[in-house]
Amino acid sequence: MTKVTFVEANGTEHDVDARNNRSLMQAAVQNGVPGIDADCGGQCLCATCHVILDEQWYSKLGTPDADEEQMLAPTPERSPTSRLSCQIQVTDELEGIKVILPEFQM
Amino acid sequence: MLDKVQPLRMLDQDPKTIPLDQIDVSQAELYEHDAQWGFFERLRKEDPIHFFDHHEYGRTWAVSRFDDIAYVEKNHEIFSSEPTITIADPPPDIPFQSFIQRDPPEHDSQRAAVQPVVAPMNLAKLEDLIRQRVGVILDGLPVGETFNWVDEVSINLTTQMLATLFDFPFEERHKLTYWSDATTGAPDVSGGDFITIEERNKALAECGEYFVRLWHERANGPPGNDLISMLAHSEKTRDMINKPMEYLGNILLLIIGGNDTTRNSLTGGVLALNQFPGEYDKLRKDVSLIPSMVSEIIRWQTPILGMTRRTKQDTELFGKQIKKGDKVVMWYISGNRDEDVIKGDPNKFIIDRESVRHHLSFGFGIHRCMGNRLAEMQIRVAWEEIMKRFSQVEVVGPEVRAPSNIIRGYRELPVQVHPL
Repeated sequence: MTKVTFVEANGTEHDVDARNNRSLMQAAVQNGVPGIDADCGGQCLCATCHVILDEQWYSKLGTPDADEEQMLAPTPERSPTSRLSCQIQVTDELEGIKVILPEFQM
Repeated sequence: MLDKVQPLRMLDQDPKTIPLDQIDVSQAELYEHDAQWGFFERLRKEDPIHFFDHHEYGRTWAVSRFDDIAYVEKNHEIFSSEPTITIADPPPDIPFQSFIQRDPPEHDSQRAAVQPVVAPMNLAKLEDLIRQRVGVILDGLPVGETFNWVDEVSINLTTQMLATLFDFPFEERHKLTYWSDATTGAPDVSGGDFITIEERNKALAECGEYFVRLWHERANGPPGNDLISMLAHSEKTRDMINKPMEYLGNILLLIIGGNDTTRNSLTGGVLALNQFPGEYDKLRKDVSLIPSMVSEIIRWQTPILGMTRRTKQDTELFGKQIKKGDKVVMWYISGNRDEDVIKGDPNKFIIDRESVRHHLSFGFGIHRCMGNRLAEMQIRVAWEEIMKRFSQVEVVGPEVRAPSNIIRGYRELPVQVHPL
């Protein structure tokens, strides 16, 4: 298990014990964190699990691949450090990560 | 040269016993009679990537399972949206081009230019207006009298919404509905019977003239929040007027996208609640279920029956050999009833279903419906206002559906409303 914090757009924080080898999206959905829709169930096909990382974590985790980038591009609050949380695997490396949720999903 | 044999009329067949290789789910009248279910059950179980060599449409593959559809959506480099996304080939009379029928990179840049019209901040501004209009419409409904919900509410509301999105002259807004239905309801596009081909061509010529005029008006004015103004002023698209087929195609796309899909979901929700009265009870007891119900309505209605891709190369799809140029039809109407994916009984209408947002009605991937949040908002607001006024919108007569192999829609839903 890895400690992960989701921060809603209104500032409410949710500390979650995320299961390793599942996605960050699944951690949010399984723990009832509001603001992640995950309409496609995690296949990088809907961009409704959009999260924003801080620069440090973004560099650590690597940039999105072409498929993810193509889905991210039109999201309403796309930022330079945006990711789709269904494409981020939870590992011990993520211990203590804080991710921001956009106000809106696409 | 041998002419291809006409397929069997599906309406005359028993879906349980028809030989598998004769199943043709492209027949528009199947959907007019809501008679497609048994055929898709056979396909999902026995032939999930189903070949049919059609006398008019050519080589087609019916994809009927949810996950297989998602796969096709994902692999757009192989499964192209060009030259169009209908089973029927694009009629030469209407050479319009829109980004729904384009692959990247053109798709991406054109969509990016129009997407701001449905940006969340815009939608938030529209919500009050929608609520106000819904209120006026609902307050004007006759009590104790049977009327057609389709005309009085569904078409009325969605047409007003479209006129706002385009800042279209309000008193002429019926033209938007007419042009949209003319495009999707012609026999050469969807097997429909709304309009003749000749009348359709005339209608779209008028539509073209009208929107070219509107473009010049908006281009010469200050930038506004309506769609035409956005296209005319955005750097990426301000030259689109020089490609009139592209401009008009994109306008038509947005008119169509905002028209009968939402309209038919507004009607479908009423029908569903009446067919499943236990769910209507659930709703009355807890209106906080409305957002969840909205997704279930959209799944249950599946306003777009499916979308077609054409393969750019020979490929394999779950064991089947697909040839370059074959038509691969993603049947959302079937995927949305896939018992392996939809949680709970997919054939029931369940307003608080688990994973209710996990459905195919908006599609998936790069072409996923741009207006999805606007559609959800309209349906949500409509039901919030309905529940404040009526204990029941009661269906009092049989629904009448329209023939089409693209749009799953209603012409009539006879109802009576009962005040609280």
